Amino acid sequence: MNKKFVLGIYDDEDVLLTAIENVRAAGTKIYEVFSPFPIHGIDDVLGIKRSRLPIAAFFFGLFGCSFALWMQIWMLGFDWPMIIGGKPHIALPAFIPVTFELTVLFAAHGMVITFFIVTKLKPSTKVPVFDKRSTDDKFVMAIEVKDGVTDIAALNNLLRTNGAIEVNQKEVLK
Amino acid sequence: MTEERLIISRKTNNKFFLMIAIGVVLLIVGIVAMALGWGEDHHAVDAAAHGGAVAHEPATWTKRLYINLWLNNVYFTGIALIGVFFVTVQYVAYAGWSVLIKRIPEALGYYLPIGGAVMLIVFLLGGHDIFHWTHDYLYDINNPKYDPIIAGKKSYLNFGFFLVRMVVYFGLWILFFNWLRRNSVAEDLQGGTSYYHKSIRISAMFLVVFGVTSSMSAWDWVLSIDTHWFSTMFGWYVFASWWVSGLAAITLAVIILKQNGYLKMVNANHLHDLGKFCFAFSIFWTYIWFSQFMLYWYANMPEEVIYFTERLGGYEGKYLGIFFANLIINFAFPFLVLMTRDAKRQMIMLKLVTIAILFGHWLDFYLMMMPGTMRGDAGFGFIEVGTALVFLGVFLLTFTKGLAKASLVPVNHPFLEESIHHHV
Repeated sequence: MNKKFVLGIYDDEDVLLTAIENVRAAGTKIYEVFSPFPIHGIDDVLGIKRSRLPIAAFFFGLFGCSFALWMQIWMLGFDWPMIIGGKPHIALPAFIPVTFELTVLFAAHGMVITFFIVTKLKPSTKVPVFDKRSTDDKFVMAIEVKDGVTDIAALNNLLRTNGAIEVNQKEVLK
Repeated sequence: MTEERLIISRKTNNKFFLMIAIGVVLLIVGIVAMALGWGEDHHAVDAAAHGGAVAHEPATWTKRLYINLWLNNVYFTGIALIGVFFVTVQYVAYAGWSVLIKRIPEALGYYLPIGGAVMLIVFLLGGHDIFHWTHDYLYDINNPKYDPIIAGKKSYLNFGFFLVRMVVYFGLWILFFNWLRRNSVAEDLQGGTSYYHKSIRISAMFLVVFGVTSSMSAWDWVLSIDTHWFSTMFGWYVFASWWVSGLAAITLAVIILKQNGYLKMVNANHLHDLGKFCFAFSIFWTYIWFSQFMLYWYANMPEEVIYFTERLGGYEGKYLGIFFANLIINFAFPFLVLMTRDAKRQMIMLKLVTIAILFGHWLDFYLMMMPGTMRGDAGFGFIEVGTALVFLGVFLLTFTKGLAKASLVPVNHPFLEESIHHHV
């Protein structure tokens, strides 16, 4: 099924930020904004909630930490006790480097995998490019035209009055 | 840009003087108590229990006083030095975010001349009590107390060279501090970017000097207390401790100034960056601590591991509690509390953690210095609290006086605008 989008093209980030505020204040839902570089403060203006990824990272790290400790204590303390360097079987200071590394490994990989799952990113994902200039020197604000909405001219007008240098329409195959 | 002047009221100044007065009173009470031998009974029992085999001579009050003066002076001098170091790092890194808070680390350096004077006087008066290596008989081959290991270190550890080094360190530090400060204040009045570029060049030179002197002063003032022992990590260890205490002091000063209505343009974003510094360098300190501990613990060679056996169970476990408290206060607490973004942006959390870090690293220096000097006689009483209060009072007086000398906002700094709009 095809989806229809109205694209506002901007050439200034400050104009874009105020435009986003005004468009949202007018009750229009913004589908996505494309920018060649990260814009400071755009998350707040777009109303994007803070990522919960750090919380996931904490628990992945906690899991990695406990896994590493359990692994070493069980292996060297119970399953196959060995005396190494005259130290006790369960020699905690010697376990710390491995524990640290596994904590980091689990937190990092866990975060990346969670990110891919949550954002539904996979090798076959096709991301529609609305306007190629959004990778060069223009900012593109995409607004989805819902079924039944016919007054595209009003949308057009809203974008234009808020500083868009160009307004296009595009149909994307979903 | 609007200038902001810090006004130290008479009331605040009186508080600092009161702090010093209380410290002096506690100190006198502590000294009198010790000189009159209150609480000495158990030493006599100890000596009897050991069969008098080792003539255990309890430490005198002068020794305890000198080592406390030394401990606090090294700690506060470190914080003052870190103030200068912080400013220079910001210059060399072309940092913009820190411009609004730059005057605070800058003013910390005003303690350096006092620190130098106290260091010199305490060393000249109490050097023998603090440093074992200052005794001449150790180097005399005909003396029964001749120590070949210490004698082998004579080319570095001797009275004259030590004194020269101390004067050189402080001379260089004070020189660079004054130079940077003069440029910074002149920039306020004259404007333009020439002072900024000049400050970068001064800072780069200072960093080279700091790299050498921070390590060497750590060997001189702290490591040489345990004369036989050595650690290649030690310069870094003392630096890490100074650096994180300095960062905590800067953060705490910013928060207190802000809560009193100053630094109006400083917001949660600047605090966030300071919080990140405190968080990161608490972990850095732990990394250095662990790197030093683990190798010695694992190799278990007597001449190396003695440092840790003294602290872990030596002297009837006297330092065991402080040993673990050190790790909990300086690692576990800041690590867990400052982990979230919100905690780094809230004044109350930062205040809690920075106070803990400042106390924790004072304890860290206590743990570095006491076992090698006071041995089993170290205490935590009126003398310790009193000396710390006196130093804190003097430090706050010089710091706030220095801070009030110039605008809190460096009005003509080229990156001021960037700092005002700082956003993380």
